[in-house]
Amino acid sequence: MNFFLETLLGGLLAGTMYSLVAIGFVLIYKASGVFNFAQGAMLLFAALTFVSLHEQGVPFAVALLLTVLVMIVGALLIERLVLRPLVNRSQITLFMATLGLSFIIEGLAQGLMGSQVRALDLGIDDVPLFLGPLMLSQFDLIAAATAIVLVTVLALLFNKTRIGVSLRAVADDTTAALSIGINLNRIWQIVWAVAGVVGLVAGLLWGARQGVQFSLSLVVLKALPVLIIGGFTSIGGAIVGGLIVGAAENLAEVYIGPLIGGGITPWFAYALALAFLYIRPAGLFGERAIERV
Amino acid sequence: MSLTLLHSSAPVLLVRRRLPWGLIGLLLLAFGAVPLLGNDYWLNAILIPFLVLSLAGLGLNLLTGYTGQTSVGAAGFMAVGAFATYGFLLRLPELGLPLALLGGGLISAVVGVLFGLPSSRIKGFYLMVTTLAAQFFLEWLFVKFPWFYNYGSSGTISAPGLSLFGHDLNTPVGRYLLTLVTVLLLTWVARNLVNSQIGRNWMAIRDMDTAAAVIGIGVVSYKRLAFAVSSFYLGIAGALWAFAYLGTASAGSFDINRSFQILFIIIIGGMGSIAGNFVGAAFISLLPIFLSHAGQALFGGAVDAGQLQNLQKIIFGVLIIVFLIKEPEGLIRLLGNVRQRLAHWPLRF
Repeated sequence: MNFFLETLLGGLLAGTMYSLVAIGFVLIYKASGVFNFAQGAMLLFAALTFVSLHEQGVPFAVALLLTVLVMIVGALLIERLVLRPLVNRSQITLFMATLGLSFIIEGLAQGLMGSQVRALDLGIDDVPLFLGPLMLSQFDLIAAATAIVLVTVLALLFNKTRIGVSLRAVADDTTAALSIGINLNRIWQIVWAVAGVVGLVAGLLWGARQGVQFSLSLVVLKALPVLIIGGFTSIGGAIVGGLIVGAAENLAEVYIGPLIGGGITPWFAYALALAFLYIRPAGLFGERAIERV
Repeated sequence: MSLTLLHSSAPVLLVRRRLPWGLIGLLLLAFGAVPLLGNDYWLNAILIPFLVLSLAGLGLNLLTGYTGQTSVGAAGFMAVGAFATYGFLLRLPELGLPLALLGGGLISAVVGVLFGLPSSRIKGFYLMVTTLAAQFFLEWLFVKFPWFYNYGSSGTISAPGLSLFGHDLNTPVGRYLLTLVTVLLLTWVARNLVNSQIGRNWMAIRDMDTAAAVIGIGVVSYKRLAFAVSSFYLGIAGALWAFAYLGTASAGSFDINRSFQILFIIIIGGMGSIAGNFVGAAFISLLPIFLSHAGQALFGGAVDAGQLQNLQKIIFGVLIIVFLIKEPEGLIRLLGNVRQRLAHWPLRF
């Protein structure tokens, strides 16, 4: 029983790491209807920029600030050069543009900052922590706490500030938002910048876990089932989805994996997401689209 | 030539039929000049992969460009075709190459329908993620179960020998002709398919599936048919990729990057166009060669291969975005515009 609980809790905590990546998606999808495949590349870029600065001897806080600035500039450029010319085009077109964008960002990140694996030390010891009879990873706990803080900040931003209200207006009804004078381009810039910062946080945590390297950008593929289960439009859904995927993945690897040859993590989350889709075609918390002919 | 046949009782042909001289020229070139003049490097490294990628693009285009179901699992279905064809060649050698290819395609079609089942309930990005599921699941399947690659230690498959009616096809020219004939045959079928009732129904679903359902098109079954036909094409492309081009393949030859490559072929070539696949495949397969030659000429080896690859990635990304912004209908539309301009040159409309 203890082993089961440990597997479950370990999975839930790992799931918050997935949620962190998924939140970046949800932000952009909500505000602009863009399914941003480049989120993984942004995560890689942010983590690489931070590590490179830190290796040059820039202090932790300054490096963090500079990376945030870089991500904001990146968001401005993306909005100006990619999104604005593609305004009013179909969602699939925008998705494909972000595919191209992910190639550019990955190429830039590796071209400018090298492709070798970098170690990233956030000063968190990955020591086991005993909670009664259960053994948990301290690193996972801190990652989970970070996710909680991040979601709280985002919730405040969305619900209590003027910018947040305009963001929700755009997400609700773009045309109506435009007609009352909300600057759509500005909203996009803000959303992409915030997604970049979320990407930085996720990139740092994932980077500390598995080294900063190209495979970080593949984390995006881990986040897709989370989005499916939680729905594309709900930050709370991204959290719940992450927890479900993390827990189910861990349990499946331990209890189902040995029965069918093991190594099922690459696709198990997707199979789970498919099962959810059959029951709820727009995810647990997603909005169901109403169609008119 | 007059188009009005008002007095005749024969069905009126509104399209002026001319002999397609351009097509005939291309065919003469492909069947006559290329096998005679082309050297092994050209056949092996450029023409065969170009043809196979065109076929794969065609398969994906039927699903994504004509029916509007975005798929990022194309390479997974190619893997099914390759491994199934291998299985037929190995375990039922009396079938012969054409039937083994056909069987590989059919099995791939069945798998495609299976993974296309969710399309009855979900669409858009949600559906796209299910095709990703197919990609990862199939890759895992062909690594984990040695039965698929005949219990070899390396997990690779290679054709036991390509031959057709006693002719050995294991020369560059033989493999080229095998690929060419297969691709042309399937392209001809695809062209007729998209011009038929089926194709029109697919396009109606693509443009708006709710409206298509309202006018009485069986949306669910036509979507499944699209998955089946698309996977059939991809399966045969996969088998050709493994046996006519690579020679020896493994599940890793059909990873997610291959899926993206095929998606880029149809974006750059032209969604919802048959000829566009060939243009897009030519572009995608020639650009890396061109870039590496250009890099050699410009920097003379001063830039290392890794950086060149990064540069290549950036150029690819920029091109995709530029195409989406400037010419969403792809290179084929661009070529059409040029042709129209030339037809009236030096006058303009």
